[in-house]
Amino acid sequence: MTVESTAARKPRRSGTKRPAGAASAAKPAAATAKTHDAEPQLVQLLTPEGVRVDVADNPDVAEFAPFVADITTDDLRGLYRDMVMTRRFDGEATALQRQGELGLWASLLGQEAAQIGSGRALRDDDYVFPTYREHGVAWCRGVDPTNLLGMFRGVNHGGWDPTTNNFHLYTIVIGSQTLHATGYAMGVAKDGADSAVIAYFGDGASSQGDVAEAFTFSAVYNSPVVFFCQNNQWAISEPTERQMRVPLYQRAQGFGFPGVRVDGNDVLACLAVTRWALERARRGEGPTLVEAFTYRMGAHTTSDDPTKYRRDEETAAWEAKDPILRLKAHLLATGGADEAYFEQLEVESEALGKRVREVVRSMPDPDTMAIFENVYADGHALVDEERAQFAAYLASFEGGE
Amino acid sequence: MAVQKLTIAKALNDSLRKALEEDPKVLIMGEDVGKLGGVFRITDGLQKDFGEERVIDTPLAESGIVGTAIGLALRGYRPVVEIQFDGFVFPAYDQIVTQLAKMHARSLGTIKMPVVIRIPYAGGIGAVEHHSESPETLFAHVPGLKVVSPSNASDAYWMLQQAILSDDPVIFFEPKRRYWDKGEVDFEAIPDALHGSRVARTGTDITLAAYGPMVKVCLEAAAAAAEEGKSVEVIDLRSMSPVDFDGIQASVEKTRRLVVVHEAPVFLGVGSEIAARITERCFYHLEAPVLRVGGYHAPYPPARLEDEYLPGLDRVLDAVDRSLAY
Repeated sequence: MTVESTAARKPRRSGTKRPAGAASAAKPAAATAKTHDAEPQLVQLLTPEGVRVDVADNPDVAEFAPFVADITTDDLRGLYRDMVMTRRFDGEATALQRQGELGLWASLLGQEAAQIGSGRALRDDDYVFPTYREHGVAWCRGVDPTNLLGMFRGVNHGGWDPTTNNFHLYTIVIGSQTLHATGYAMGVAKDGADSAVIAYFGDGASSQGDVAEAFTFSAVYNSPVVFFCQNNQWAISEPTERQMRVPLYQRAQGFGFPGVRVDGNDVLACLAVTRWALERARRGEGPTLVEAFTYRMGAHTTSDDPTKYRRDEETAAWEAKDPILRLKAHLLATGGADEAYFEQLEVESEALGKRVREVVRSMPDPDTMAIFENVYADGHALVDEERAQFAAYLASFEGGE
Repeated sequence: MAVQKLTIAKALNDSLRKALEEDPKVLIMGEDVGKLGGVFRITDGLQKDFGEERVIDTPLAESGIVGTAIGLALRGYRPVVEIQFDGFVFPAYDQIVTQLAKMHARSLGTIKMPVVIRIPYAGGIGAVEHHSESPETLFAHVPGLKVVSPSNASDAYWMLQQAILSDDPVIFFEPKRRYWDKGEVDFEAIPDALHGSRVARTGTDITLAAYGPMVKVCLEAAAAAAEEGKSVEVIDLRSMSPVDFDGIQASVEKTRRLVVVHEAPVFLGVGSEIAARITERCFYHLEAPVLRVGGYHAPYPPARLEDEYLPGLDRVLDAVDRSLAY
C-alpha cells in the first residue's frame, strides 16, 4: 500500500463534482515500502505492455481506479494525443537549441505521462505553479507552446499572462514556487473557493529548504495544494540517493499529510492519483504529496551530458516503460485506435513542429528600452533617470555612423 | 482627535489597524504577531480584533513567510509581513531577491506584488548577535524593491499606510531603538510623498543627510553645532530606494557641504551612492568632498561595544569639523 496519512480528517468544505464511482475519502494506511533500494511500490493502472491492471487483484490501486472510471476511449485517445504533441514540441525545441535558435532547453522527454495525466486532472479554476520543465502541463492548460520558448530564446522571462490560463510563469530557482503555491492555496481557502492548487517540482528540489517550508505551511494551514513531484531520478548529475534516504513520497508523513507514489509513466494512474489528491484538497482535507516515479530520458538541459553520469543500461530499462508506447499498445490491443489514427496524429504533430520552428525563428528581439519597463508598478526615480540617460545615449548615434 | 502624540510603536500599530479596517485583502503575517502582538508589540491587539485569518501567526520559517506572502499576493491579497529582527531576514533573502523583486518585471507588468516586509532594524538596544544589523543596502541594491525607513511617529504612521497601498514590494525598516520615541501624528494630514526626503532642520553651513535611527543623532549634532555658531541643515532621507537626490542636491547647492550618516557599514553603503551622485551633480558647488559616517567593515560587535561602533554625536560633529576645514 502506498498511501500514508496522519492528517486529521475534516468535514467536506463543499460539495464538488466527482467522477462517477469515485471512492470516498481515502483510508489512512501504513506504508510498506521498506528501503530506498527496494522495488518501488507504484500505483499503476496500465502496465508497460499496455495492459490494464486488474483492480480486483490489486488492492493497492483499488482506491484510485474509481477516479478514472469515467474515462472513455475518446478520452484515452485525447491523452495519447496530448503526449504525442507534447513530445513532438519538446523534440522540436531540442532541435532548435542544437541549431542555435534557443540558448537552452529543458526537455521533458520521458515525463509526458506524469505531466499530461496530472495536467488533465485539473479544473480550469485550479492554479498551477510549474518549474521550468512543465511543457506538457502548459499544453493541458492551453498555453500556446510557442510562448514557452521566449525565455529559452532570450526574448523574455515568460511569455504568457499567468492569469489567463491559471498557469504561473516558469520558476527557475529550485523549489521557490512550492511556497508560492502554498500561499496561493492559503488565499483560495480564505476566499472560500473550492478550487485547488498544484505545485510541480523535481526530486532534487525536494532537498531544498523552501520545499520543506512549503510542506510545513501547507500542513499547518491545511491548504488545498497538491505537491506533484516528478522523480525523474536525476538532479542534473546527482542521483536520488544523493537527495534522500527514504522513498520520496514518505516524506509527507513527517509533515502530517499523505504521500503517494504513482507510476509516472502511466498516464492513467497519474490522472487518477492527481484527481484523488485534488479532491482531498477541494474537500478541505489539506495537502498531498504525489511522487510520480518516472525518468528523464534526455539531459537535464541541453547544457549537460548524461553519458558522463549515468549508464546506458539504466536508460534502456526505462525506454521499455515509455509512456506513449504503452498507451499506444493499449489502444491497438483494445481497438481504441487504428493505424490510420496514429498516422493522422503524426501529420498533426509534424504541423506543430513546423509552426514552432517558424514562430521561434521569427521571434523579434525585444525593444531595447524594454530593459526599463515594468521594473516597478508605481515607477521609480532612478529607473526614470537611467531610462532617460540611455535613451539620450542611443539617440546620440542617430545619423552619426 | 486629528492630532495625537504617540510613540513610533503605537503609530505603527494604529497604521496597521487602519489598513486592516480599510481593505479586507490586507493581511498581517509573521512569527508571534498574533496573541503576543509581536516581540515589539507592534501588532498588539490586532489578532484579537481582526481574527486569525487576517493576523496570521506563522511557523518559524522566514523563507516560508515571504514565499507564501508572494502566493497570497498572486491571489489578490496584500500581505504585510513581519520579520522579527534584521539578522533573521536572510533565510528569506532568496525569496525576496529572486522572486518578490522580479515578479512584476518578468510578467511584463501583469503581476503586481503589493507585499510589505517590516523589519525592526539597527542597533542601540543592547541586543545579542543578529538582532542589531542594518542590511538596507543589500535591499536597496536590488531592482524591483523599494526601501524606506521612518524616523518619527508621523512618518511611521503615514509611510506604512503608503507602503501598504503601493503595488510594489516595500522593505520597511523600523528603527527599533526609536520605537518608544514620541511624536505628533496628524491623522488627517496629507502626508509627504513616500520616497521624498524632508528637511528636518534648516541650516546654511553644511548638510547632514540621514535616515531612520540616525536622524535623531544628526538633529542633536546640529543643536550642539549651533552652540558653536555653525548652522547645520539636517535632511531625513526617509527612502533608500529610490533616494531623493533632488532634495539632497537642493540642500547641498545651498550649504555646499554634505555628510551622510547611517549605522550600516560605510563601505558600499547608501552613503557611498549618495556621495558619488552628489559629487556628479554638485561638483562645482561643493567646497569639500562628501564625507560618510557609519559602521565599520566588521561584524556588528557585542552589545558592550556598540556605543563605539554606532555613529554618535562626537563622530558626526567630527565629520562636520573635517568638512568645514576644507
